[in-house]
Amino acid sequence: MSRMTPTGQRLVALFLLGCLLLNFPLLYLFERDATVGGVPLLFVYVFAAWITVIALVALVVERGDPDEPRGRAPRGH
Amino acid sequence: MSLDGTLIALVALGYLGLLFAIAYVGDKRADAGRSVIANPWVYALSLAVYCTTWTFYGSVGRAAATGIGFLPIYLGPTLMAVLWWFVLRKMIRISHANRITSIADFVASRYGKSQLLGGLVTIIAVVGIVPYIALQLKAVAVSVGILLSDPATAAVGQGANARSDDYALYVALLLAAFTILFGTRHLDATERHEGMVAAIAFESLVKLIAFVLVGVFVTWGLYDGPADIFRRAATHPQLARLTTLSAVGGEYAGWASLTLLSMCAIMFLPRQFQIAVVENVDERHLSKAVWIFPLYLVAINLFVLPIAFGGLLLFPQGRVDADTFVLALPLHEGQLALALFAFVGGLSAATAMVIVETIALSTMVCNDLVMPILLRLGLLRSAGSRDLSGTLLGIRRGAIVLVLLLGYLYFRLAGEAYALVSIGLISFAAVAQFAPVMLGGMYWRNGTRNGALAGLVAGFLVWTYTLLLPSFARSGWLPMEFLEHGLFGVSLSRPQALFGLTGLDQITHCLFWSLLANVGCYVGVSLFGRPGVGETAQGLRFVDAFSGAANVPQFWRGSASLDELRELLRRFLGSARADEIFASYGRQIGWHAHAPAQADAALITFAERELAGAIGAASARAIVASVVQEEPLSIDDIMRILDETSEAIAHSRALEQKSRELEAATAQLRAANERLKELDRLKDDFVSTVSHELRTPLTSIRAFSQILFNDPDTDLPRRKEFLGIIVNESERLTRLIDDVLDLAKLEAGRAKWHVTTLDLRDIVADAVAATGQLFRERAIALETRISVGAADVAADRDRVMQVLINLLANAAKFCHAGSGRVELALRQTDGYFQIDVADNGPGVAEHEQQYIFEKFRQAGDTLTAKPQGTGLGLPISRQIVEHFGGRLWLRSTPGSGATFSFTLPARFAAPASPLVREAEGSPK
Repeated sequence: MSRMTPTGQRLVALFLLGCLLLNFPLLYLFERDATVGGVPLLFVYVFAAWITVIALVALVVERGDPDEPRGRAPRGH
Repeated sequence: MSLDGTLIALVALGYLGLLFAIAYVGDKRADAGRSVIANPWVYALSLAVYCTTWTFYGSVGRAAATGIGFLPIYLGPTLMAVLWWFVLRKMIRISHANRITSIADFVASRYGKSQLLGGLVTIIAVVGIVPYIALQLKAVAVSVGILLSDPATAAVGQGANARSDDYALYVALLLAAFTILFGTRHLDATERHEGMVAAIAFESLVKLIAFVLVGVFVTWGLYDGPADIFRRAATHPQLARLTTLSAVGGEYAGWASLTLLSMCAIMFLPRQFQIAVVENVDERHLSKAVWIFPLYLVAINLFVLPIAFGGLLLFPQGRVDADTFVLALPLHEGQLALALFAFVGGLSAATAMVIVETIALSTMVCNDLVMPILLRLGLLRSAGSRDLSGTLLGIRRGAIVLVLLLGYLYFRLAGEAYALVSIGLISFAAVAQFAPVMLGGMYWRNGTRNGALAGLVAGFLVWTYTLLLPSFARSGWLPMEFLEHGLFGVSLSRPQALFGLTGLDQITHCLFWSLLANVGCYVGVSLFGRPGVGETAQGLRFVDAFSGAANVPQFWRGSASLDELRELLRRFLGSARADEIFASYGRQIGWHAHAPAQADAALITFAERELAGAIGAASARAIVASVVQEEPLSIDDIMRILDETSEAIAHSRALEQKSRELEAATAQLRAANERLKELDRLKDDFVSTVSHELRTPLTSIRAFSQILFNDPDTDLPRRKEFLGIIVNESERLTRLIDDVLDLAKLEAGRAKWHVTTLDLRDIVADAVAATGQLFRERAIALETRISVGAADVAADRDRVMQVLINLLANAAKFCHAGSGRVELALRQTDGYFQIDVADNGPGVAEHEQQYIFEKFRQAGDTLTAKPQGTGLGLPISRQIVEHFGGRLWLRSTPGSGATFSFTLPARFAAPASPLVREAEGSPK
């Protein structure tokens, strides 16, 4: 992956972000005796983080770069 | 209240009929070239075949036991989807280029088209998926049981379970029949099933809508919104515990391993491979699928927690199996129509999974298990079997029935002991064994066939020992001592605490040991072995799929008779398809009227790839080999081919580099050339202007000399007048030539500069003295204003003097004699000393101001008025001022005088020693 495009790099970053947000130990931060609109904070957090990651991915791939997709670039042979 | 069995059967059959109609229309439209699935939304929806009855019924059951513990199964695919951009795209690229139709085919093809490897992957896939099929059978059977039972009586779950064994067999047979009708109607060389994909996408919609409807009903129909449910749940200590992380089993390791497991599953489950890779029509669809598919997962999981909590609140603990809440809740409330729709949703989840999974597995069993065996036995070579496509279909249909019956068998053996999700996880752990050889195969060139074999066998054995056998033991089909005390009583061999490893849940435990064995053997054996010829070639083709797949050389030499080859293709693909393939190849290559008798290596490879689409890469390789006289390649040949290829690639890279450099150099040269042309044009202009300027005085000198020469009688006063003109013009000529030489020197940078520190006040005084006579003659007033105490600059005294005198002389020249006034001011601006020479002459017209500093441009009309100078004074002055780091400019309002100003950088506390230096270059 030496020739990774900006979109590629953003996606890898989002993957890592997703791994971080949707995993221990960050989940512990939201295990509180609190509710958001009556729904336990932990549940709200997990779904919110999940949707956020998806939204960011959508933003990255839909906006994209004009020279994408990667690997499709014509090569001189 | 319960539902009538006939009604349920009718609804189920009606739904299956509808699916069939959709698939039929889909196929028809695909044949007509108006594909319904060439659409990223359909692609993303069909990927949701991931959500089976596990999701539809099992998630609620899992949530009722572990709170958010059901979620990692959906978070993993979400995370993996982010990486699809690289991984799945590469997989699609490779598979389409090599006509790969299944995971087994992929692995076999990557490691040198190995039949052994293909067979092994098939066996692992079938054995691994059987529990998953059993899960679907169990779920549908139980759901039928629930609908038929009377929820008013105490035990909804139990009553259903008792009878579900019988239903399961019917369900299995019905699904087998349906899948056969559905997926194996005809043998498709590309193994693509457009109609099926359309139906699967439709099923994804149905199960989502059904689940959401049940969720909405439970949340707002039974309760007063989600807040109400969770508020009530908070009052029960047991339910309150579910909102915490302590309910999630396994904590860190459990959560991470489930996420990892589901990441592998979304890539390597046979049905996911079928939908995501084989059925993909356009890899650009991926860019939408990477967010639509995860969004689908969010949507179908949104109501899992409300339904689970709602069910737990309504049914006392244990009375109703939480896996059945989705049905039991509407049924309990008398919502029969909703219950029936929920049943259809569950049915759609099950049928989608079963259809795609069994089609994928049957392709594998046929291509990678049965075909190689038949080939070994020589059964396919007998001349009697003309067209084998019927045989192939038969094998596949048999495989579908076999897989479903195995699923039923597992359900009978082990299905009762486990909840839905636990059964599914056993399958997930099995397909996770494909991850090392698949990913390694795509990104690591040095993986070998033996390494892949060793890794898969090791991983599969560990999986069997630590997960599959215990599931039998728990169901009573193996003695429980085996679980508790290990094999032959050796406690280190306890399958769920291997080598004494405890503290992990059984899935994490299995995943750790099996992947350790798998990766260890794969990498170890690969590193210590040598890849064969075919493996190296395929390795290059796979790993470099994006960069240089087309450059991979033919590691193969041989020839075959064209007729034999054609005959072969006809037998496996049918005559029409085979002839079409040859015709299209002929068009590509440019055979005209007749084809050659011998097929060359390129055609043989082409034919083999077409065949691979129908019967798998390994079998195609073996079959084609049977009609080809192959010339074996020695290792030296291979090294040579490899060297040539890598050399060619290196050359091509070098060439690209060179051509880029060349382009840059060309651009520079072009710019330089432009500049030279411009300079050349300027020089021409200059020369012609100079010649013109020289000619004017010369002409008058010659004219007056001639008059004196021709007419000796000219009287003395006239003679004196003419001679005066001649002397004046000669002086002007000399001045002109001096100026031209001076300017040329300045421009060429050859002028000598004697730089000293000098005081501008002295220069001003000297210049005023030098031009005093001129001003007096024309009766023009000259006023000097010096507003600085000292004005030290580093410059050449004579040159600065030249500038100042030039400006003063110009001012004197252009002022009206008598009324003229010239003001000379010396002042300091930040870091500079500025000298202004202002006159009250006619000024310089706007359009002349910009080129008055050019050579030979003089203010005023040079055509009518006699030029009053050489036209070089200002350009020379500007060159001088700029050389010393200053600026010379003009401000003028026509009609009210002009002000010429120049600046020179101030020099404070400078050493007084004179500096003599050569100008380094053009002062610009």
